[in-house]
Amino acid sequence: MFFPISGAHISPIYLVIVGFLIGILGGFFGVGGSFIAGPALRAVGLDWNFAVGTDLAHIVGKSVVAAKRHRALGNVDLRLGLIMALGTIGGAEVGAQLIQMLKRAGNVNLVVSIVSIAVYLSISTFMIWESRKTLISQKGRLPRGKIKGRKAKQDHSEFMHVTRAIQRLKIWPLIALPASGVKAISLWIILLVAFVGGLFSGFLGGGAGYIRMPSMVYVLGIPTHLAVGTDLFEIIISASYGTFTHAIKGNVDILIALVMHTGAAIGAQIGAISTQYFAGPKIRLAFVPLPLIGAAIVIYTLMTGHKL
Amino acid sequence: MKSDTAKTLRAFLIELAIYALLVVGYFFLVLHFLGGWLQQLEVHHRNTYGGVAILLIIGQAVVLENVTTLLLRLIRGRSE
Repeated sequence: MFFPISGAHISPIYLVIVGFLIGILGGFFGVGGSFIAGPALRAVGLDWNFAVGTDLAHIVGKSVVAAKRHRALGNVDLRLGLIMALGTIGGAEVGAQLIQMLKRAGNVNLVVSIVSIAVYLSISTFMIWESRKTLISQKGRLPRGKIKGRKAKQDHSEFMHVTRAIQRLKIWPLIALPASGVKAISLWIILLVAFVGGLFSGFLGGGAGYIRMPSMVYVLGIPTHLAVGTDLFEIIISASYGTFTHAIKGNVDILIALVMHTGAAIGAQIGAISTQYFAGPKIRLAFVPLPLIGAAIVIYTLMTGHKL
Repeated sequence: MKSDTAKTLRAFLIELAIYALLVVGYFFLVLHFLGGWLQQLEVHHRNTYGGVAILLIIGQAVVLENVTTLLLRLIRGRSE
């Protein structure tokens, strides 16, 4: 199939399958999946700038479907999502400026690669340690059957003592997040978490859901199911902003995104519905390979000089 | 339990088949007609193209979500 905007010839079946797979990941883990979509689009000859912008447009559509499904399951905190979107957009702008500074200094690739490998490996190591520890300590006490609504809020983490200490910081203004079961938390902490996620998104590319989703669980104390759903809602806003800025720079082939999204729409629903059958620590443990795949791609690029 | 799983799987496969037919029709009809117009928009009116791109992807997401939900409801309703 010929896509006139980018001038690329790509099989629509390939795009639908890629969209479907990324949709499952996105619906289940609350991530954009750009670390797979980018290389998958590059592999069929799409220019790098189009791969980045088009992927963002596809992420918007996939997140709408998954977030809608999560909302029906009671897994979206709208208030938290809106606040986080503000922090993410601010962080993404600063991250993009940082990249420009490093470009001028002439060492952007090496710095970004080393930072991203360190971040990916740290997240995976921490999450494997925490989720395994939680699973062992909670053995026999994890909820069985479908997990939604009230059950989804009864999440447990071995890192909870640190989360509670963060929630006790009385930095004005404090806000309540009743949908997430958080009685009071400083607005600045939420904005900071979102800003850091956005910073990495602008700095490393993609939506940085692999940073934001764990941060929401461990720093803000949001139950895993709600973190997944809320992150997806937040991605709709921040990825829409990213899509628009890339579109006016000529980096978006919306026709490719629309075709990919036909697969992602089904995948995202399967992913979102599947979260009902897994307890929070199990979702967090299953999340571990995602940042590792990201690290493997960066290491491959660093060693071969060939950008995936 | 096993028959429930088989029922769900059957419903899902039927949904997938109907969905695939709809998607193929969508490719040939909608995208074919939109392609030229969107390309012109992308070349001459970038800001409008950005807005239209977001509206299209969100619109498609809402429609597809409703279509899949409806299909699933219809198929499950018949198989039960």
